[in-house]
Amino acid sequence: MNTNMLSRMRLSNCVALVLIAAFAVAPLVAHGIGQPFYIVLISRIMIFAIAAIGVNLALGYVGMVSLGHALYIGIGAYAVAISLHSGLANGWAHLLIALAAGGVIAVPIGLVCLRTSGFGFVMITLAFSQMFFYLAVGLRQYGGDEGMPLPSRSAFFPLDAANATTFYYMAFFVLMLVLLLLHRLIHARFGMVIRGCKLNEARMRALGFSTLRHKLVAYVISAEICVLAGVLLANLTRFATPSYLEWIMSGDLVVMTVLGGAGTLIGPLVGATVWVVLEELLASFYIDLPWNLSEFIRSNWTAVLGIVIIVVTLTLKKGLYGFLVARDGGVR
Amino acid sequence: MSMSLIAAQLLNGLQLGILLFLMSAGLTLVMGIMNFANLAHGSLYMIGAYIAAALHAMTGSFVVSAILAVAGTLVVGYLLERLLLSRLYGVEDLYQVLATFGLILVFNQTVKIIWGQAPVFMSTPEFLSGTVTLFGLSYPSYRFAIIVAGLLVGLGLYLAINRTRVGMWIRAGASDREMIAALGVNIRLVNTLVFAIGAALAGFAGVMAGPILSIQPGMGEPILVLVLVVIVTGGIGSIRGAFYGALVVGIVDTIGRAFLPAIMRALLDPEIARGAGPAVASILIYVFMATVLALKPNGLFPAKYR
Repeated sequence: MNTNMLSRMRLSNCVALVLIAAFAVAPLVAHGIGQPFYIVLISRIMIFAIAAIGVNLALGYVGMVSLGHALYIGIGAYAVAISLHSGLANGWAHLLIALAAGGVIAVPIGLVCLRTSGFGFVMITLAFSQMFFYLAVGLRQYGGDEGMPLPSRSAFFPLDAANATTFYYMAFFVLMLVLLLLHRLIHARFGMVIRGCKLNEARMRALGFSTLRHKLVAYVISAEICVLAGVLLANLTRFATPSYLEWIMSGDLVVMTVLGGAGTLIGPLVGATVWVVLEELLASFYIDLPWNLSEFIRSNWTAVLGIVIIVVTLTLKKGLYGFLVARDGGVR
Repeated sequence: MSMSLIAAQLLNGLQLGILLFLMSAGLTLVMGIMNFANLAHGSLYMIGAYIAAALHAMTGSFVVSAILAVAGTLVVGYLLERLLLSRLYGVEDLYQVLATFGLILVFNQTVKIIWGQAPVFMSTPEFLSGTVTLFGLSYPSYRFAIIVAGLLVGLGLYLAINRTRVGMWIRAGASDREMIAALGVNIRLVNTLVFAIGAALAGFAGVMAGPILSIQPGMGEPILVLVLVVIVTGGIGSIRGAFYGALVVGIVDTIGRAFLPAIMRALLDPEIARGAGPAVASILIYVFMATVLALKPNGLFPAKYR
């Protein structure tokens, strides 16, 4: 019984380690099989994973369902784009500007949003991100609704971000950093308080904690993680467009988080991986099926994704990785 | 800008507000009674518009196609609630938001498969293609008909909800579901009814909007976001809130889009104003919503008994 428990204990951890190791060696494999295209694809997965980890801090640990985190991806992306266009090429400066802008915007928005709860919170976060979406559309000098290409990637001296592999490892490093940060955060006293808020906020308040302050800090950190993802995303695609701020993007991030397992450390990483891979697979689906089914799936892949979302929400509430964690006895 | 222009824009705002009210009425009740967040409500609006356009092209009669389209969305709404959404009652908001988000993708793609990616157009019915003169102002009769039809439906809803027994159950359900269930009312059945009627109303809004908008996949989402703004500012579960919220959002949005760019051009550098004007106009209603929620987190007319 006990050994059985132990071997099960390891399963979720094993999956996490294997996944991270796979990310660590992926560029080598991609070069090895002569498919460097995959480096860009997997960079994209990691960037969405970073954003989903940010969303997860608010959604999974505090229970704040935000449909507005695309806003912060947009801030990161536009901070890079606008800086580059005004002649500032230094990537570290871009990072600083993006994080500062993210903080200045996230604190007041968080304060207003946290006055509401439940569905009101979902809607007010959506409202704020819509505001910034239309603002980005209105920025005619920066491409308006079509967005704008970046003249180059940010210059992260002494690293060469223009090199796909170097950029990959920069994203990988940020991903690891964010995972480490979140791990430390949720096991610290702060993490106990915010998880307590999710379970029973009134009780936490009765215990003397300022729940508003803790939730606000969690909201701002989760926003800043998405800002980081935005900086990386603009650099990866060399493009900044209002579609990064669309509410569909926020929805996708929530889907990734829940698909992998909200409230687990590795869940968003699993979710982002599965989601992006699924998108790619369905959009280029070519298995030989009768009745032209293959063609049908390829051209209607968004509907198939929709069905996947519905099935996941109906059957797999804990998410893919969350299911493993729960099997292992709920150790998060 | 002349008075008649302002009056015409006010009527346009009223007309948008009426469409928003038709959409919000059913959804706010479902959200109030079952705490159910249905993002796919905009899809029902889209389905209504598509069915009406297809039938109109086939039969040539606007009235017949409108009635059949409303009946069609009623059936779609009923099946949706029975087969899928009723399984999601009582689970966290999050899963409802997600499942209905998935439904949006499915509906949009289904519509694309049946009718194609390109917009479908629906002509204004013959008998409403002229203009009416109101206090010396000439206004398209079709848009005027939307206002009248919407107000009539609104009046009907008001009477049904405030003067009938089922209406009483609905109101009671929105303020306290458990209590009315304990009193022996089959609130689930009432909710199914409300959902189906709400779907029909959304379909009706789609039919009415059909001739003045282009009918295309994904047309439900922009209006859905407006509808959710209406519901949350009005107060979830409150028909009265939905009515006032819809009018305010419709008028603020229309007036803002019509006049803000011109005002900003007068005040600001024209180059900046050209881009910023429409953007600020789009933002207005979200500012309105954020202000309301910041001051009254439960909306202007909260229905829940607390």
